[in-house]
Amino acid sequence: MVTLATSRGYRIFQAVNAVILTGVVVVTLYPFVNIVARSFSEESYIASGQVNLIPRGFNLTTYQIVASDPMFWTNYRNTVVYTVVATLISIVLTTCYAYVLSKKHLRGRKTLVAIALFTMFFSGGLIPNYVLVTSLGLKDSIWAIVLPNAINVFNLLVMKAFFEGLPVELEEAAAIDGLSTYGILLRIVLPLSKAVIATMVLFYAVSYWNSWFAAFLYMNESELFPVTVYLRNLIAGATTSENAGAVAGDLTQAAANIQSVTIVLTLIPILVVYPFVQRFFVSGVMLGAVKG
Amino acid sequence: MSTAKTSTPPSEDRAERGSTRRRRPRGGWRAALRRDWQLYSLAVLPLLFFVIFRYVPMIGNVIAFRRFEPGGSVLGEAWVGLRYVRMFLSDPTFWTVFTNTLVLGALTLLFCFPLPIVLALLLNEIRNRKLKRFVQSVSYLPHFLSIVIVAGVTMQLLALDGPVNQILRTMGNETIIFLQQPDWFRTIYVSSEMWQTVGWGTILYLAALTTIDDQLYEAARIDGAGRWRQTLHVTLPGILPTVVTLLILNIGTFLAVGFEKVLLLYNPLTYPTADVISTYLYRVGVVSGNFSYAAAIGLFEALIGLALVLSANVISRRTVGTSLW
Repeated sequence: MVTLATSRGYRIFQAVNAVILTGVVVVTLYPFVNIVARSFSEESYIASGQVNLIPRGFNLTTYQIVASDPMFWTNYRNTVVYTVVATLISIVLTTCYAYVLSKKHLRGRKTLVAIALFTMFFSGGLIPNYVLVTSLGLKDSIWAIVLPNAINVFNLLVMKAFFEGLPVELEEAAAIDGLSTYGILLRIVLPLSKAVIATMVLFYAVSYWNSWFAAFLYMNESELFPVTVYLRNLIAGATTSENAGAVAGDLTQAAANIQSVTIVLTLIPILVVYPFVQRFFVSGVMLGAVKG
Repeated sequence: MSTAKTSTPPSEDRAERGSTRRRRPRGGWRAALRRDWQLYSLAVLPLLFFVIFRYVPMIGNVIAFRRFEPGGSVLGEAWVGLRYVRMFLSDPTFWTVFTNTLVLGALTLLFCFPLPIVLALLLNEIRNRKLKRFVQSVSYLPHFLSIVIVAGVTMQLLALDGPVNQILRTMGNETIIFLQQPDWFRTIYVSSEMWQTVGWGTILYLAALTTIDDQLYEAARIDGAGRWRQTLHVTLPGILPTVVTLLILNIGTFLAVGFEKVLLLYNPLTYPTADVISTYLYRVGVVSGNFSYAAAIGLFEALIGLALVLSANVISRRTVGTSLW
C-alpha cells in the first residue's frame, strides 16, 4: 500500500513538476516573443496596447529606420572591434599568468596566486578607477574598455586548474629535448589546451560584447560607443526626458517601436551562437567550481 | 589551491602527477630566477595589470582622506583627515541610499538565492533527458544577454502599452507607469533579477547533485524513505556545501547590488527607493565631480563588503564546517 501511495504521489508530483518547468520556459521566453512581435508591428497597434504575441499590422518600416541610421552600424562595428581586441589581450594575459601559477615548483608562486585572489574580495571601487583611467589619458579610447578588465580572476583560476591537470611528463620530455619554457608553452601546452582556450575566448567575448558601463563612463564621442551604449541612450531617452537621446531625434513618435527593433538587432548575434556555445560555458563553470 | 606550508625535503625526482609531494628546488631567489626566469617573464605583464588596475585603485582610495583636484595627482593634494567620512555620515541622502541598498540586497538574497536551488531540485527529478536539456538551455539564456538588453526588455514589458498594462486593462484596472513609481521599483528590480539569474544559478547545484552517491538513495529507500524524505535527508545534505559556499559569496556582494541594472532602470522619480550606495556615489563622484566624497562612500562600502565575506566565512566554518578558505 505504502509504495502504491508514494508512487501515485510521485506521479502527481511529476505532473506538477512538468507544469512548473513549462511555466519557467514560458516566462523566460515570453519577453523575447513580445519584443519581436512589437518590432514588426505598426505603431498605432503598439500605442493602443494591442500587440502581445503576434505582430499586428506587419511591416518592416522600423527596421528600415534603424538600419538607415549610420551611427547604429558604426556602434555595432565598434562592438565587434572592441570585443575582438579585448578578448585577444585578455586571453594572452590570462594564459601567461595561469601557466605561471600552475607551476607548483615555482618560487613565490603562492604570493603570485594571492595577488590575484585578493582582488576578488576587495576592489578599489568606482571612483579611484575612474580617477586612474582618466589620469592615464585612456578616456575616449578603446584602452579604457580593454585594460582595466584585462584579467578576470575567475577565468584565471579555471585556466590554472586546467594547466595543473596536464601531464607533467610531456613538458619534462620537451624540456629534455631542449625546448625553452616559451617553446613548451607554445608547442606543447597550448595545442593541448584548445578546449579550455575556446571556453575562455567565449567567456571573455560574451562579457565584452555585453559590456556597456566602461564605454558609457569613459567615452564622450558617440562615434566611439559600442552598440550597447547606443541602446542604453535609446531606452534612457524613453524614461527620463533629461537624457532624451539624440538618437531617437525627430522619430520620437516611434520611439517604443525603434527600441524593440534595436533590441532585436542586438540580440540576434547572441541568439545565433548561443545554442552552439552554451555547453562550453557550462563545462567552463564546472571546471572553475570544482578546482577553483 | 592548498599547498603545504612546510617545505618538503628537496628531492631530485619530481613528484608524480596528482600526489601532494612535489619538488622543492634548492637555492634562494637568485637560483630560482636563474632557473625560471622565462616563467617569471611571462608573469610580468599580468602583474603590471594587477598592480596598475587593481592595487593602485585600492591605494587610490586615500583620496577619501585627502583633498583631490581633477587633473592633479591621483593620490590627492593634502590630508584632510576624516572630513569626508564625517560629511557622508551626516548626509541624510547617504542614509536613504544605505537603507535602500540593504533592503534591495536583502530582497535579492531572499528571492534570488533560494530559487535556483528549487529549480535545480525540480530539474533533477525530470527523467526525460531531452526535456531537461531544453529547459536548462532556455533558462540559461537571459544570463548571456547584456544588462542593457535586460533593462530594455523590462521597460518594454512595463510600458504603458506593454503586456503587463494590457492585462491590467483587460481586468478593468487603471494602467500604471511602473518605472515612475517608487513603490514598484523593488518588485521590478527583484523580478527582473530573478528572471535573469535563476536558470544559470542552477548549474553548480546540478553539478553537485550528480556527485551524490547513489548508494545513499539506495540505503534511504531500504529504510523506507519516500522521494520526499530522500530529498530531505540525502539530496539536501549532499548539496549543502555548495549552498553554503555560494551563500558566502552572495553575502560578500550583498552591498554591491546590481549597480548597472539600477543605473539603467531608475530615474529621479524613483530615487526614494531605487537609489543605492553605488549609484549615489556614481552621481556624486563622476557626474558632480566630488571625487573625495564619493571615494569615502565607496571605501566604506568596500570595507563592509570585505567584513561581510570574512564574517560569513567564519560563521559557516564554525557552524557547517564549510568555508572558502
